[in-house]
Amino acid sequence: MGLITTTGDSSATPLRTPLPSSSDASSQDSWVTSRLDFLVNWARSSSMWPMPFGTACCAIEFMATAASRYDLARFGMERLSFSPRQADVLICAGRVPFKLAPVIRRIYQQMPQPKWVISMGACASTGGMFDNYAVVQGIDTIIPVDVYVPGCPPRPEALMYAIMMLHRKVQTERMSDTSLRREIEPDTNSHLYIDPSRIDELSEPFGNSVHQTRSAP
Amino acid sequence: MSTSFPPYKSPMPGSAREAAGLPEPSTPRNVPHHGGAENPSVSALRERFPEAVVRSHVMWGETTVFVTVDAVHAIIRFLRDDTAHAYNYLVDVTAVEYRDGDQPLEVVWHLRSLPWQRFLRIKVALEPGAALEVPSITDLYAGADWIERECYDMFGITFAGHPDLRRILMWDTYREGHPLRKDFPLRGRFSRAEQLSQALSIDSSGNYTMNELSIAEAFNDLPEDMKQRLRGALGGPSPEGTSPEADKEGKQ
Amino acid sequence: MSRRTIEMAVGTAGLDAMGRPIRAPLSVRERGGLAVEAPYEPDMEGDHMLINIGPQHPATHGVLRLVLELDGETVVRCVPHIGYLHCGFEKIGEYRQYNQIIPWTDREDYLNSIGNNVAFVLGCERLFGIEITPRCTVLRVIAMEMSRLMSHLVWMGTTCIDIGAFTPFLWLYQERENLYNLLEGWVGARLTTSATRVGGMAADVPDGWMDGLKAFIRNFPKTLDESDRMLTRNGIWMGRTVGIGALTAEEAINCGLSGAMLRASGVAYDVRKDFPYLDYETYDFDVAVGTSGDVYDRYLVRIEEMRQSIRILEQAVQRLPDGPVNVDDPRVILPPKTNATSQMESMIHHFKLVMEGPRPPIGEVYVPVESPKGEKGYYMVSDGTSKPVRWRIRPPAFVNLSAIPRMVEGHLLSDVIAINASIDIVMGEIDR
Repeated sequence: MGLITTTGDSSATPLRTPLPSSSDASSQDSWVTSRLDFLVNWARSSSMWPMPFGTACCAIEFMATAASRYDLARFGMERLSFSPRQADVLICAGRVPFKLAPVIRRIYQQMPQPKWVISMGACASTGGMFDNYAVVQGIDTIIPVDVYVPGCPPRPEALMYAIMMLHRKVQTERMSDTSLRREIEPDTNSHLYIDPSRIDELSEPFGNSVHQTRSAP
Repeated sequence: MSTSFPPYKSPMPGSAREAAGLPEPSTPRNVPHHGGAENPSVSALRERFPEAVVRSHVMWGETTVFVTVDAVHAIIRFLRDDTAHAYNYLVDVTAVEYRDGDQPLEVVWHLRSLPWQRFLRIKVALEPGAALEVPSITDLYAGADWIERECYDMFGITFAGHPDLRRILMWDTYREGHPLRKDFPLRGRFSRAEQLSQALSIDSSGNYTMNELSIAEAFNDLPEDMKQRLRGALGGPSPEGTSPEADKEGKQ
Repeated sequence: MSRRTIEMAVGTAGLDAMGRPIRAPLSVRERGGLAVEAPYEPDMEGDHMLINIGPQHPATHGVLRLVLELDGETVVRCVPHIGYLHCGFEKIGEYRQYNQIIPWTDREDYLNSIGNNVAFVLGCERLFGIEITPRCTVLRVIAMEMSRLMSHLVWMGTTCIDIGAFTPFLWLYQERENLYNLLEGWVGARLTTSATRVGGMAADVPDGWMDGLKAFIRNFPKTLDESDRMLTRNGIWMGRTVGIGALTAEEAINCGLSGAMLRASGVAYDVRKDFPYLDYETYDFDVAVGTSGDVYDRYLVRIEEMRQSIRILEQAVQRLPDGPVNVDDPRVILPPKTNATSQMESMIHHFKLVMEGPRPPIGEVYVPVESPKGEKGYYMVSDGTSKPVRWRIRPPAFVNLSAIPRMVEGHLLSDVIAINASIDIVMGEIDR
């Protein structure tokens, strides 16, 4: 698939992990790095900027979650980042047909590390009731997924529970584990690959969101 | 704060019906399966186009007229322009393929007369083996543009005279055929992995160039090689296992 | 490619109904305006710039993709690309029994799910030759008008966000949550309701439910008036909407538009009045009609439609009769569960209905309803089996969206967002 990254095995992660402590003999981390991990993870999980990839019914429930009654701002997530370059967590809400598959993959690749993915709803997770010629049977065939939310569509409470699960997962991450955050190497053989010089060419004279400035001399 | 609206302008729905003194429309009740009052436009069509009207019937209160494929454009133009009928609103263009392969594939036009508050269904039967081609009515109704493109995409019916007959729902290089045909399996012809790899290789920036954008309005001005390429993307080589009709249609 | 330039207008050519200048009048020359040189712009390769909006963009309300060709900030050409949410509804419908299709109608226009349920079973009942009970008729009217309110609330909230007002979104969504609560009390689901069955409803309303609806009818107009006061005479709102994306009545009819899009252009076509269903001709309500067909008129028409929906709901609550909800016809309606386990005949009916499904006679129907987006109809063809040969959705938003190049060309880039919002698109219905 062109992806060589992993984001860990969510099933193996205990939901409630005790705080890292220096007395843990199995841990190779020092007291300083484990405390630093805790600080970084606390900061990351407390203000995740979601990238709502809303396609269908689940997007309406996502809007309900963000609106006044359920108030996503309680999780530090009220800043919906519609630009993938400034987002932390991709919330795929709704069914993903084949025609949309390259789009969601490109959006995932445009997000900077560290990044997480919530697959909201039955259609995004498994294809749901759309077992036919047009719909991708689960977005995990395209991009890695951290949390699956069941429901058709999930209630806002279910989405908030998924967000809290993701927080717990983030809090167990270690900076020393480099495999978690290996950057994706662009697959130059892929049809989606665009040569950087071509990007410059397309984006002249305004620059683009990759470089933010004019890159070619 | 309440908002007031000025009186209606023309064309006012129901105006012709009121002028003719016909009763107000009401919710239909106990509609018979067959029979009932036929749409008065049908007898006018029989008079005007005696050879083109094949048959007509009233089913569940809706009148259906079967016409020949050569005359369908003239008939719809007549129905739209004649003030005694004034079918000025195109509801839908679609097609029906029956499970029984011997039955003809039907192309359906749903027309509506706003002034007369009437509804008429026009059908053309395309016998098995016949070319899947009907005239386009985009010159009569601008709204037919996308509806006919969708019908082409889903059934492979060519609308002759359509200015921009491309796929609309599936991507341009979709290779599996026309999904709503009965010989098309529910889960597609290819395996899931093949479908996904083909989908991921869609060139999503293919429509960024000026030339691609010009297709809609200036297809004929394009160089010959680009026309060829676009035709390939439209019809495309037929995948394995397509029906003889689809093969024939692909060669056209 | 031929070079195009835009004449800049000097003078008062191109005024809208309010006396404001229409922006970037492309047709100035025809009206005798004066053509001047375009202002200097940086030397770009080629004359025009291409800009791609979507398919993942918050202002496209889903996964619409617009490729725009710009001259400066003026849209010269707009090419929409759709199909990014094509999920094969119509194909799936050919593999499902009539009652089994109802869950798909929820997810097709998901802002209007219970209205779609009603629209679908109305078609089925014509196809089966069933007359529904009086109580069911009124309950369905309540369902359809609630659904219209829910759809218009989302439309108004998202349009506010697109144009730059965030607060009404929060107010209106609070009201939508109240409607969610009502629906949850009735059918158990917030969004995907599947509330109807061929020949009746999945459930009658529970005791005391009508009190909740009456409270909503009492309180909702206040919220609506607040938003109305905030927006309707707001200078920014009017500046962004008045005179933008106007279509004449003839154009709108020719393009096949329906719903608020058509009525804003001055055509009083409402399926509830012109082709009534569910006894809509006996309710006292008005059809809101605009004059200039611009974004502002569409907004006014939809606001007025919400008020009329409240009127219809009031009348429906008053006239709701007692009696059974489902028809007494064992061919289509499941027998009571207690009978199915105790009486042989009921058990056989139960078994046959679940395993084989109800079978309509050979025939075809097209039953239109007035959905919040416009004229929605389900065209169903039966060959006598328990599954339809063809299940066609007449998508109002699809036809409305097809007129977007006609509306945006000649306007500024920022107006594209307002025009697109005014169409009230829902991609689930457009792509199906």
